[in-house]
This record gives sequence, structure tokens and C-alpha cells, in this order.
Amino acid sequence: MPIWLDLVVRVLIVIVAAFVLPLIIGQTEHKVMAHMQGRLGPMYAGAYHGWAQLVADGAKFVQKEDITPRAADKPVFKLAPVISMLPYMIVLLVIPIGPGNGWVAQRLDIGLFFALAVLGLGVIAVLMASWASANKFALLGGLRAAAQLLGYELPFVLAAASVAMAAGTLSLSGIVEAWRPWWLLWQLPAMLVFFIAGLAEIRRPPFDMPVADSELVFGYLVEYTGLRFAFFMLAEYVGIVVIAALTTVLFLGGWKGPFGLDAELGWLWTIIKVVAVAFVVLWLRVAYPRLRVDQLQRLCWLVLVPVALAQLILTAAVKLAL
Amino acid sequence: MTVADVLLTAIGAVVVGSALLVVTTRHIVHAGLWLVVTLTGVAALYLVLTAELVAWVQILLYLGAVVVLLLFAVMLTRAPIGARDDLDRPRWPGVLVGLGTAGSLAALLANAYRWDKIELPAAGTAERIGEHLFRSWVLPFELVGLLLLAALIGAIALSRSGDE
Amino acid sequence: MHPVFPFVVAALLFGVGAYGVLVRRNAVLLLMSAELMLNAVNIVLITADVTIQRTLKPALPATGQIFALFVIVVAAAEIGVGLAIILRLYRLRRAVAVDEIPLADPLPAGAVLADDGLDERS
Repeated sequence: MPIWLDLVVRVLIVIVAAFVLPLIIGQTEHKVMAHMQGRLGPMYAGAYHGWAQLVADGAKFVQKEDITPRAADKPVFKLAPVISMLPYMIVLLVIPIGPGNGWVAQRLDIGLFFALAVLGLGVIAVLMASWASANKFALLGGLRAAAQLLGYELPFVLAAASVAMAAGTLSLSGIVEAWRPWWLLWQLPAMLVFFIAGLAEIRRPPFDMPVADSELVFGYLVEYTGLRFAFFMLAEYVGIVVIAALTTVLFLGGWKGPFGLDAELGWLWTIIKVVAVAFVVLWLRVAYPRLRVDQLQRLCWLVLVPVALAQLILTAAVKLAL
Repeated sequence: MTVADVLLTAIGAVVVGSALLVVTTRHIVHAGLWLVVTLTGVAALYLVLTAELVAWVQILLYLGAVVVLLLFAVMLTRAPIGARDDLDRPRWPGVLVGLGTAGSLAALLANAYRWDKIELPAAGTAERIGEHLFRSWVLPFELVGLLLLAALIGAIALSRSGDE
Repeated sequence: MHPVFPFVVAALLFGVGAYGVLVRRNAVLLLMSAELMLNAVNIVLITADVTIQRTLKPALPATGQIFALFVIVVAAAEIGVGLAIILRLYRLRRAVAVDEIPLADPLPAGAVLADDGLDERS
């Protein structure tokens, strides 16, 4: 295969994944939430247990009128939904789902660093949307989002740094190769911090103060309709995939399974682990109420950052002792 | 002209063009967004110049933190939507100085290298930079840490409301 | 690669930044222009790293890149403190135009904080 065709195929696979995986996660969320709350959830679309509900939702979003408020800053307002998707799609490029060069779209020597850098860009789209909407609720949501994302970036990066230190590499594939089962215990605090901070980074409940439908009437999304709103939703669900995949790769051993056969069945292990982590993300939405803004910052600075720092010391100590 | 030359020229044009928009636009927030384009372009220049790690640090720190803080500040100081005419002082001293510095610096640097051609080295890895950073440059590195701590404390002290 | 291209880009970027610093009145825009100048310097450092490494074989390789890293970190610190000062100024004066700041004019007592509740988390 010529090199450019190889590249095109890899990028196409990632783009398709970025549009299909969120639909699967969204549908799962509908059903999981419904059953946890003693409901049935969507049952009609597509005849069998409402499997086509999100396809129907998509069709509905396409038909809706695309409203841009008169006072809005139109180009910025229209650009924001597209920008919100981009960072997550770019991160998907470097996530390995199996061993070797065939199972990752773009192998990078410093993949972890790259992923963290690009993930930090999500907040720009939020600020664009919130400011350009010319709406007070949107602006408040945007300011909350900026404070939240800047704050949680710190424990997020520190926790990832711990595992990079343990593995002695910044390459995502390299980290999986260096991973051993006992790291589950050794890196447990880092994993919890990474996962919680990751939830806050993608603004999922219980960290959804920027959108907070019951107090800020959907925050920075308040003026968006139709396809543009759908894009923000899509970005949120790709975000779940990305956070679940990063947690899997960094802390759960990626493609490594308990029975050997990693070269052949590694991709299956990765997918199983990603789905399991994504399930926990959905579960937390049902299980916990939204935090207040002050509780949010308190959790970040008084719990997550100290734990992440302590984990760094622990990692360094064990690494030196070995 | 090699591939690197073409890339450098194209990205350079984007960088300078968007930088011009940063300093001339009459929308405050648009200036911040054009700054995003400029800084991304600069990161791309670093990539072409084989400084991979610096490029990603640029993205992480400049785009992820500095620009976000700037936009945050613009919004907190009540930037209005729409054009404003009172953003600039009289232009001609700025034009004079800007053209002067750009021209003389360009002449100086261009004169230093004329039309020399240089082979780009293999892409630098994080490992190599890290080795030099923690071997030859440890002391400055620690000092930068100290500086960051001082800046942190200074920023907190400044932004507390003055009553306590 | 002809090093003249990135060097000229850096020079132009520096000129644009200098223009911005002299012309802009809004303090935040001023900081943005200063960032442009810092980036121009970084481009020079990175290019010099490549060219000097090829021609002079210095004792310490990758020095340009490490300098650029230091500049980026110091710029982050500068922005943190700079924005804190600007927000403070905005709370005191309700304006961020740098040429409207009365330098020799003590504040009347009690007129200190017109708090709009937004700046607590900054």
C-alpha cells in the first residue's frame, strides 16, 4: 500500500470512529440511565428496544431551524461547534488499541504529551460559544467552564505524569508495554485522580456546572439549536470515549489480557476495557448530584492535586527502590 | 526551494497574517482568537524545524493556558460584541517603529545567512531534550520553578479582594 | 532548508508585536502583542538551534530548544501576574485602557471595590 493511501485510510477510520462511537455511547446512556431509574427508555425507534433512537434524534436535529441570535458574533458563534469536536478527534489519532504499528492511527514518540496538549484546547471552543452567544447565562457558563477546565488540567496532567514516570516513556504504546498487573495497585490513586479530573475536563455530571440545565439553563449551549447543538453533544460523547480510552491505555493495561494471545485479541481487550470505563462514566451521572461551584474548586485543589503530588512521590520512591 | 522551504513560507505567511489581524482587529475577542491561529502556526513552524517537544509545549502552555487566560480576562473586563473604534492610539508612530524593527531585524538576519542551505537534522526526541535539560541546565530549570512559585503567589496576592 | 525564511518570519512577527504594543490601548490586547514578540524570539531561538548545530557543532546541543522552553514557561508566569494586575485595575477603575490610568491620584476612601461577583474565581 502506498504511504499516502495508508494515511488516508487511517484518518478515515478515525473520523468514522469519531462519529459512530458517540452514537453507541449515547444510546447506551439512554438505556443504562433508564434501567437504573426503573424506566424502559426509548423503545419504539427501530422496533427492537429503540436501537435507532439516536439516528432518529439526528434526523430531528437536521430538520430543526438553525437559529443565530441577532446580537451574536456570527462567525465565532457558527465556528464554535466544529472546533469543539476537533481536539477529541485529533486525540483519537494517537490512541493505540493493539500492539504494533497496525493498531494505532499515528504512532507518536511523545503521544501522551500530545494527547494532553490537544485535550487542553477544548476549552477554547467553550469560551467561543459562551462569548459569541451574547447571552448572560452563556457567559456565566463559559466563565465556569474556563475556571473548571484550567483548574482540573493540573491534577489531570500530574496523574498522567506519574504513570509516564513509572513506565519511563511518553509513548502511549510504550506505556502499555511497560505496564504490569501490580501497577493497578501502585498507580491506583493516580488512576482515580485521572479519571475524576477527566470527567471534569469533559464536563460530565457530576461536574457539569458549566451547562447545569437546572440553574444556568444549559449554560454556553443555551442559544444553540439543531445541528450545531448536535455537534456539541457529539463532542461530549467523543470526549467520554477519549477519556475512557486514555484511562484504559494509561492505567488498565490497554491491550493486555489475562490469557496471553495479546497480539491477536489485544484489540478486543482494549474495547472491553474502554466500554467498561465508559459504563462507569454513565453510571456516575445517575449516581451523584451535581457539585456546587465552590465544592468543585475545593475538590480540585484540596483533594485531587495533593493526592496526585503524593502519588508522584510514591512513584518516584518505588521506581528508585526497584 | 525544498519541501521544508515551501512549508516554512506558507506557515510563515499564515503566522504573520494572523498576527497582523491580532494587532489591527477592532473586536477585542477576535484578537484573542486570531492569536490562537498565530500560536498554532508558530507551533507548526517548530514542527517543521524538528523541535517536536517545543511544539507540543507551545500547544499545551500557550494555547491551553495563556490564550485561555487572556480570553477569560477579556470576558471578565466586559468585552462587548461588535467593533469598537477606541482600541487604538494614533497609528503612525507604531507603524514607523514596527516597520523599522521588522525591517532592520530582517535585514540583519537575512544578511547573516544570505542564501545558505542547511540540512535539517532528524526530528528531535523528548528524550534528548530531557537529557540536556536535566544534565546541563538543571540549575536554570530549578530557578524557573522558583519563578513560577513566586508568580503564583504574586497572582494570588494581587487578585484577593483588598479587605482582608 | 534556507534558514532565511524562518528568520524573516520571526523579524516580521516581532515588528507586528512592537506595533501592537505601541498602538493598542486595551491592556489585555497589549499583553497579546507582547506574546507575539516573545514568539518571534522563540522562532529565532529554534531556527538558530538547527543552523548553529549544523555549522558550529557547539558543546551543548539543543540549547536553542531549551531556551525556547524557558521562554514559554516564563511567558506563562508573566501572563498570570499581568492578568492579575489588569483584573485588579478593572475592579478599581472599571476600565482597562492603559492611557487613561491616572498615575498620581489616590483613590477616595471607600471607593475601592465595585465588586461584580464575577472576579472571585479569577
